[in-house]
Amino acid sequence: MNRQSYDLVVVGGGPAGLAAAQEAYDQGVEEVLIIERDFELGGILQQCIHNGFGLHHFKEELTGPEYAQRFIESVGSRGIDVKLNTMVLEVSPDKKIYAINSEEGMLEIEAGAIILAMGCRERTRGAIAIPGSRPAGVITAGAAQRYINMEGYLPGKKVVILGSGDIGLIMARRMHLEGAEVEAVLELMPFSGGLTRNIVQCLDDFDIPLRLSQTVTEIHGQERLEAITVSQVDENLKPIAGTEYKIECDTLLLSVGLIPENEISDEAGIRLNPRTGGPIVNEGRETNIEGVFACGNVLHVHDLVDYVTEESKIAGKTASEYLNNKIEKREDEIELIAGDNLSYIVPQKITTKVKGRKRVDLYMRGKRPMKNAKVIILDGDKEIFTKKERFIKPAEMISLALPEKVIDKVTSKKVEVKIVGEVE
Amino acid sequence: MNKEADLLIIGGGVVGTAIARELAKYKLDITLIEKKSDVGSGVSKANTGLIHAGFNAEASKIKGRLNVEGNKMYDQLKEELKFPFERRGALVVAQDEDDIPRLESILENGKKNGVPDLEIIKGEKLFELEADLNPDSVAALYAPTAAIVCPYELTVALAENAAVNGVEVLLNTAAKSIEVKKDHKVVYTNRGQIKAKVVINAAGLYADEVAKMVGIDDIDITPRKGEYHVYDKKLGSQINHTIFPVPTGVSKGIVVTPTVDGNLLVGPNAQEIDDKTDISTTSQGLENILQGAKKTLPKLSRRGVINQFTGLRPAYKETGDFIIEASDKVDGFINVAGIQSPGLSSAPAIAKMVREILAEILGGLEANKDFNPYRQEVVRFRELSVQEQAKLIKEDPRYGEVICRCEMVTKGEIIDSINRPVGANSVRAVRRRTRAGMGRCQGGFCGPRVVDILVKELGIDHTEVTEDGGDSRILLERAKESLLKEVSE
Repeated sequence: MNRQSYDLVVVGGGPAGLAAAQEAYDQGVEEVLIIERDFELGGILQQCIHNGFGLHHFKEELTGPEYAQRFIESVGSRGIDVKLNTMVLEVSPDKKIYAINSEEGMLEIEAGAIILAMGCRERTRGAIAIPGSRPAGVITAGAAQRYINMEGYLPGKKVVILGSGDIGLIMARRMHLEGAEVEAVLELMPFSGGLTRNIVQCLDDFDIPLRLSQTVTEIHGQERLEAITVSQVDENLKPIAGTEYKIECDTLLLSVGLIPENEISDEAGIRLNPRTGGPIVNEGRETNIEGVFACGNVLHVHDLVDYVTEESKIAGKTASEYLNNKIEKREDEIELIAGDNLSYIVPQKITTKVKGRKRVDLYMRGKRPMKNAKVIILDGDKEIFTKKERFIKPAEMISLALPEKVIDKVTSKKVEVKIVGEVE
Repeated sequence: MNKEADLLIIGGGVVGTAIARELAKYKLDITLIEKKSDVGSGVSKANTGLIHAGFNAEASKIKGRLNVEGNKMYDQLKEELKFPFERRGALVVAQDEDDIPRLESILENGKKNGVPDLEIIKGEKLFELEADLNPDSVAALYAPTAAIVCPYELTVALAENAAVNGVEVLLNTAAKSIEVKKDHKVVYTNRGQIKAKVVINAAGLYADEVAKMVGIDDIDITPRKGEYHVYDKKLGSQINHTIFPVPTGVSKGIVVTPTVDGNLLVGPNAQEIDDKTDISTTSQGLENILQGAKKTLPKLSRRGVINQFTGLRPAYKETGDFIIEASDKVDGFINVAGIQSPGLSSAPAIAKMVREILAEILGGLEANKDFNPYRQEVVRFRELSVQEQAKLIKEDPRYGEVICRCEMVTKGEIIDSINRPVGANSVRAVRRRTRAGMGRCQGGFCGPRVVDILVKELGIDHTEVTEDGGDSRILLERAKESLLKEVSE
């Protein structure tokens, strides 16, 4: 066994891990290690060759690899250690990390603090149980993206995409640009799960139809996909008999949701939130295990990488405060509860006091499309904070900076966050 | 191709490969043909993976005898061929006092078949064995000799050991017609002809069609469809045994069982169909098996389901029994047909019975002194101790590269699965042998990496890699290829 030790180990070298490592280093943590299972840093950004990244964080429009490269370079210039092609097998509650790679073999790394930044995986056909045969040609949108953008091969020529999340929309355009015919994008919900700008730039600009309240109810074909049956769904999202129609296609791309990859966290004894699929964290993005933090898509699925960066910097900063014993616990923990029209809120609790802290960043997601809305924070019955939002879209995360002064005045142990407004 | 053999086995399922491996113990020149791109990729890959104790099959049938005999043979087979196999035991659970006499009659039938150690368990003891059983459960028949196995790995292991001992296994080779000559038969395939003294028909669902090729037209095989849900490994440890409800006339009911890989498997239903290629799942069928499973284990829901599949059982409805016999119409032609449940359990005993039939036809068999019953151990990285893992990576760094993270499969294991005898030649063949892509992400992450390894090891182009043989190509052309063609035209 190869034994090593670091002040901070970051599990995952995607945008979350990179920003967290960089921030922790800048806050004075000296021995930082990033462990990445792929052959390069950057994570899924490396296959996102389209533009639209960085508008918030860098105030300019970058491609995925460009966005990643800026962080890769800054991490490189800081002398942060990186282990590539290295798989973390286990994180123990006493902050030991077990990992393997071809060169060093089995590693046991003792960490002062750990930041979990493993990202997420795609929901599969099996998880949503689409009936029918099991031919080749039914793949997740992310896998198709990798085949095309990284390997240079086209996985299909006549394509239907199920799910109008951002990856589905981006892949509709990509497949079209690479020479495939995209028949339609189908969406189970009555509204799209993707950003408005992606619907315009990926579908409308290329005359690709978006069909709402429809889903795939059967897959046909023996060896390679030959066709799919599509059905309209009712308000309970159940297929309506008699509405079936067939689309001939050789490929079905699935963009039906992302699942935070928390198997390692779960085994370490980290408590997860069933709504986000990620760890339950405090405002510093610390999990229930002291000194273990989480950020990025492993914590909750983000729509913009810029927010991942922002959140990861919080985790990196808190990790440095933890290592320097700068964190003071509040006498009473405040639990944040997702109330009306809110599907979740992160963090789920406020538990610490930090000298000089001005605000606590809250991220949340609306349940349904609304307009002329207001995010309201309630201490008991009392509104302690409100923020106007012209539009609420489940696809677009809402961020809110809660001033420290407001937090200081909270008297209840539970604070509810809710949205009021006109339902669209 | 123009070949000659003493013996030709048609069909590379668990029955065909078990026969091949059994007969490899004798001085015979054996060829096995399989029409698909992998062994065990028809009926044998899609079933419950149970080695039944043998209490269900009627004592009057061949099945009744062979099930118990086959079950007993598995311990030695497992030692020799090193496939995943565990004697977990089975419970047939009654939820109604009125069903207890039914359990007693099953126990009696089991005793007639020679099933050891059967007992009826009542009350609290039942919940000591399985805490999460439906609280309405009142009694269960307990059969400790029932076991679980990985059916495709078993078939691969049998084929591999047969091949190592001289059996020629030809994949992608389908029998098209058979010419019966005086002292031999000529089997015409899509890849040429094979002349053989004796032909064994182990063609599973298509055994009736192969029989017809020699003029035997009184065997009809009906596909009986069964659907399954597979649950995430997190749920596999919820139960310890294979759990059946009290059976009805048609089927053994919806089974809930752990698998040797730690998943939880529920199914199958039973539906007779006409189309032997219909392995589709249906929303109704999937709902029915879930409801059926919930009767046994109320905790189950759709949460944690990672995959579904359908299997077909080749039923011979005439007798509901196996057909294992030398044809009385055609000399040197042995039918092994209608091998539905408990076919997997009986496979080693079926092979033994076929050996006896063949010995009679050929007037005795001469032992092959060079026969090696042992299969070279397959490395399962995830099952090794940390020390063993560290040692292995030092010896061969390819085992330090994890390709499938959900199932912890290394590059070394995948390369080995491709290069072994009767090796993997498609993404699903790799999956069946190593479990790469079998986990919760279903190959979303490792799929492209497995494709890359197949390209390198088989020396083929990316566009030639298939999901599961035939026309199931994964990548159709280079990106922009058709656009560039348009431009140049």
